Amino acid sequence: MQFYYDFHTHSCLSPCGDNDMTPYNLVNMAKLLGLDIIALTDHNTCENCASAIKVGESIGITVIPGMELCTSEEVHVVCLFDNIENAMRFSDHVISTMPPVKNRPEIFGEQLIMDEEDNVIGKQEKLLTLASAISISDVCKTVENYGGVCYPAHIDRSSYSVISNLGMITDDMGFSAVEMTSEADREALINMHPILDGVPIFVDSDAHYLENIKDAENTIDLPDKSAKAVIDYIKNLPKMKERI
Amino acid sequence: MDVKNLVEELGLKVLCGENLEREISGCYCGDLLSWVMSRANEGDVWLTVMGNINSVGVAVLADVACIVLTENAALDEDALKRAMQNDVIILQTDKNSYQMAAAISKLI
Repeated sequence: MQFYYDFHTHSCLSPCGDNDMTPYNLVNMAKLLGLDIIALTDHNTCENCASAIKVGESIGITVIPGMELCTSEEVHVVCLFDNIENAMRFSDHVISTMPPVKNRPEIFGEQLIMDEEDNVIGKQEKLLTLASAISISDVCKTVENYGGVCYPAHIDRSSYSVISNLGMITDDMGFSAVEMTSEADREALINMHPILDGVPIFVDSDAHYLENIKDAENTIDLPDKSAKAVIDYIKNLPKMKERI
Repeated sequence: MDVKNLVEELGLKVLCGENLEREISGCYCGDLLSWVMSRANEGDVWLTVMGNINSVGVAVLADVACIVLTENAALDEDALKRAMQNDVIILQTDKNSYQMAAAISKLI
């Protein structure tokens, strides 16, 4: 069955995420736009995922606990998990590897942890935009150890992408899919990086504001719309090195 | 040596900043923001190609004298707005970071 998806969204916990991006608002907006499955992927944390999952359960939309990890090379990677426990274990691990720099809300924005009814229940004190200590060559293995899957985010962007920061994507990184923005010139990218030929491309919104969440447009073919079905689908894709 | 002198001596383009009378004490080159944040010194001229909103945050946190976007690297619209709010001076040059650092080292 085809399901409409968006596996890359931010909540008010991301410093650059709008404070209106509460778990409640985000998930309800996604439902209004006709999406079947979304992932909440704040920078370097999964602490708003449990609330978003609860909202999703109450209105019938699947919310995958996820994270947009910033590797030590400042490459963004979308990480997805099939249950909140694994996601939170990973989240705690990532935060423990980050430098002890405190957020300055007046510069970077607030980092609010909320419950499913828009109540602020905490704040993340560490600045979440910083790089973690996990390198691009270890990210797949590390995420797999926590039961998740991952793919490099917005590889067509000029910042925080594997291609902009490292100049290339290589098979030994261990990825099996990539994310591109809806504006990407796919043909040009594949010509310049032939390794991408035939590699599945996810197109997500990377929404930081409610108005940036996109209409249901991109679909994924799954047996059902559970988080597990998504994780299994990505797990079973051939790695880039197996395609060569 | 202040930022105003630097702009005049090296012919830099001012993208943001009204008061350029900020004293310069050194120079730092780097594009990985996490790296710059923990290593650039207060009063440094920061040479980088990263013109996004987080660069402005890093400039404030590290309290650098100014950002110089080398090789005509672009400044995002969001970054410009944030820089204006926080009085961050942002300059631009067509020179690369090596050429710019070499020129600055003769001045300070």
